[in-house]
Amino acid sequence: MEYFLQQLINGITLGSIYGLIAIGYTMVYGIIGMINFAHGDIFMVGSFIALALILMLGVAASAPMAILLVALLGVLALSMALTAVWGWAVERLAYRPLRGSFRLAPLITAIGMSLALQNFVQIAQGARNKPLEPLISGGFSFPANPAPGQFSVQLSYMQIGIVVTTVALMVGFSLLISRTALGRAQRACEQDRKMASLLGVDVDKTISVTFVTGAALAAVAGMFFLLYYGVIDFFIGFVAGVKAFTAAVLGGIGSLPGAMLGGLLIGLIEAFWSGYFSSDYKDVAAFSILVIVLIFMPSGLLGRPEIEKV
Amino acid sequence: MADTTTAPAPSAVEAAPAPSHTSIVIREAVIAAVIAAALASILLGARTDIAPGGLSLEYRPWNIVIAAVVVFFGKLALGFLGPRSGVDLGGAFSGLAPSGDALSHAGTYVQPALLVLAVVGPFLLLSTYGGSGARQYIELAILILTYIMLGWGLNIVVGLAGLLDLGYVAFYAVGAYSYALMALHFGLSFWVCLPLAGLIAALWGVMLGFPVLRLRGDYLAIVTLAFGEIIRVVLLNWYEFTGGPDGLSRIPRPSFFGIEFSRGDGGFADVFGLAYSPIHRIIFLYFLILSLALLTYFISIRLRRLPIGRAWEALREDEIACRALGINTTTTKLTAFALGAMFGGFAGSFFATKQGFISPESFTFIESAVILAIVVLGGLGSQLGVVIAATLFIGGFEFFREFEQYRMLVFGLSMVFIMVWKPRGLISRREPSVFLKKRKAISGDLVGEGAG
Repeated sequence: MEYFLQQLINGITLGSIYGLIAIGYTMVYGIIGMINFAHGDIFMVGSFIALALILMLGVAASAPMAILLVALLGVLALSMALTAVWGWAVERLAYRPLRGSFRLAPLITAIGMSLALQNFVQIAQGARNKPLEPLISGGFSFPANPAPGQFSVQLSYMQIGIVVTTVALMVGFSLLISRTALGRAQRACEQDRKMASLLGVDVDKTISVTFVTGAALAAVAGMFFLLYYGVIDFFIGFVAGVKAFTAAVLGGIGSLPGAMLGGLLIGLIEAFWSGYFSSDYKDVAAFSILVIVLIFMPSGLLGRPEIEKV
Repeated sequence: MADTTTAPAPSAVEAAPAPSHTSIVIREAVIAAVIAAALASILLGARTDIAPGGLSLEYRPWNIVIAAVVVFFGKLALGFLGPRSGVDLGGAFSGLAPSGDALSHAGTYVQPALLVLAVVGPFLLLSTYGGSGARQYIELAILILTYIMLGWGLNIVVGLAGLLDLGYVAFYAVGAYSYALMALHFGLSFWVCLPLAGLIAALWGVMLGFPVLRLRGDYLAIVTLAFGEIIRVVLLNWYEFTGGPDGLSRIPRPSFFGIEFSRGDGGFADVFGLAYSPIHRIIFLYFLILSLALLTYFISIRLRRLPIGRAWEALREDEIACRALGINTTTTKLTAFALGAMFGGFAGSFFATKQGFISPESFTFIESAVILAIVVLGGLGSQLGVVIAATLFIGGFEFFREFEQYRMLVFGLSMVFIMVWKPRGLISRREPSVFLKKRKAISGDLVGEGAG
């Protein structure tokens, strides 16, 4: 039971990170119908920016908790802003010129961008792993004083922080989509881009904003990944990206709550799979889920079925 | 990064007097430079390194300045010479473009010429550079031919049938491991294993194809990608069977129909009365892959004119119309997958016997991306385009070997650049397989693509 609880906690934490990345995929797919292959690498760029900022500000675990939290929030805001610029630039350079072109074209430029970003970071920051000392340590454990041989469940402050921030961001983001003019424009473009532009919605700007917000959320995920695992390299974007895309598909692509739900499920599946079976094959488990979902439930858990018009 | 916009020129800019155009260009260049500085600020301006007691940070502020200045002047140049200015830069580029189109027009002459060059090439190299000097060039040609063959194989799936496959390398891996395992465990010769490996790969193609029949476009792409990764992870972790990350080594080399390329009695040189030289094996491998590639070429060219090939192309253009006309889309898709996979398997067997050593390292997603890029950038469905793109990319890879770390960056950026420049690939003309009176090439824009 304790072991199960532990995997549940780990899975939810992991799922929050996947969910944050998945939102970027699902929004972009919803609005322009393409897989933004470089999104996983935007996530990686975000985690590198966060790492450099943490080192620049000299944030260390020895600082008092309040200062540490304020500093980390500052790093988070800055890295969101800078990663958003990256997201914007990728869209502007690689996708916008090909809007209206045939469907394979942006997918190819996306793969090209993904390779370019990976290798750019590899050159600029070096190929070696970047380990970071844990900044927020400690947490709760149940039972607090386990008997010898008894398994105790660890719930770290870091995990609480990740899940709470993710929930807060999700609520804020859902409000942004459902209540603001920006969100309205986004939903309009998602439904019918041509009609939206006829009604005065700046489609290019709306698409740019979609990429920017997606990249900002990926930056949050990148920073969490850095703080939670304590080690990053230039290749983390690929696997995380594919899994997050799986999450988006599982939840129903184009659906925001779906992306979050899908992320949680993928995180849980991965945590339980590595907890109970073998961690070697945890990627196989996640990819198999993707294949199975697409075959039996192509519209995902919360997605609308795609209607085919002739 | 340069802000290369190719949006159609807004009429306001044309109507405005010249000074205002200059000021617009300068303002945009400044904005682009600021954005470039923001992009570069952290990733180029500071480098994290592992130091005793944690990570160290090294500031490199000049990188940011350089990035901003480069982008500023790049954007200025684009603004004054690019599509938005009166100057027609497209004209400068289009000087290159017709050469590609002219190539496909003159395909009747170019292709036999290329074939002759491919056949006599190694002997020309031998006579020019001698045995040891020619070796590296012939090995490069072998590599390029391998990718050409893979490109032609994938072209059946993506170019003809319009099924976007991002996991093609899985079949390459299946072919390589099938040959290696059969040769190591059962001692079968290359010529027995080759068709078997092709068959096994085709079987895997059907196995993958069957569940994904209903998927289309991007979904299909991501599932095939997942499939490729599953194969790789299994190869990596199934230690007892595949050797895991250590791979399989001492894979038997191919023989000249039973005659080994060895020194001494009964070897190739001995039988044919030549002086022994290791170059014989290389030349043999070259002709082996050349004939395998040509086999792929002719089979796909011929199939295109058969009912099955027409069904593939019909499927690519419109799946619903296809069904309405009574074409069995299930078998049509499965044959495309199976044939594409079979050629991937052949190429994989060749790779295994050429290297003598294989490991999962050689079958990463990057390989799939490279093969797909060769097919798409060459011009989907264009056989000659694959040759050009493969020579360009693989040759370029080897040419810039000294700049090892930069070449994937350049590769990625050139994928983006070529696609933005010519979305239909380097050769954007297609030969119709059915025509009314006269055969004439049509623009690639009229052809459907991997939309499923």
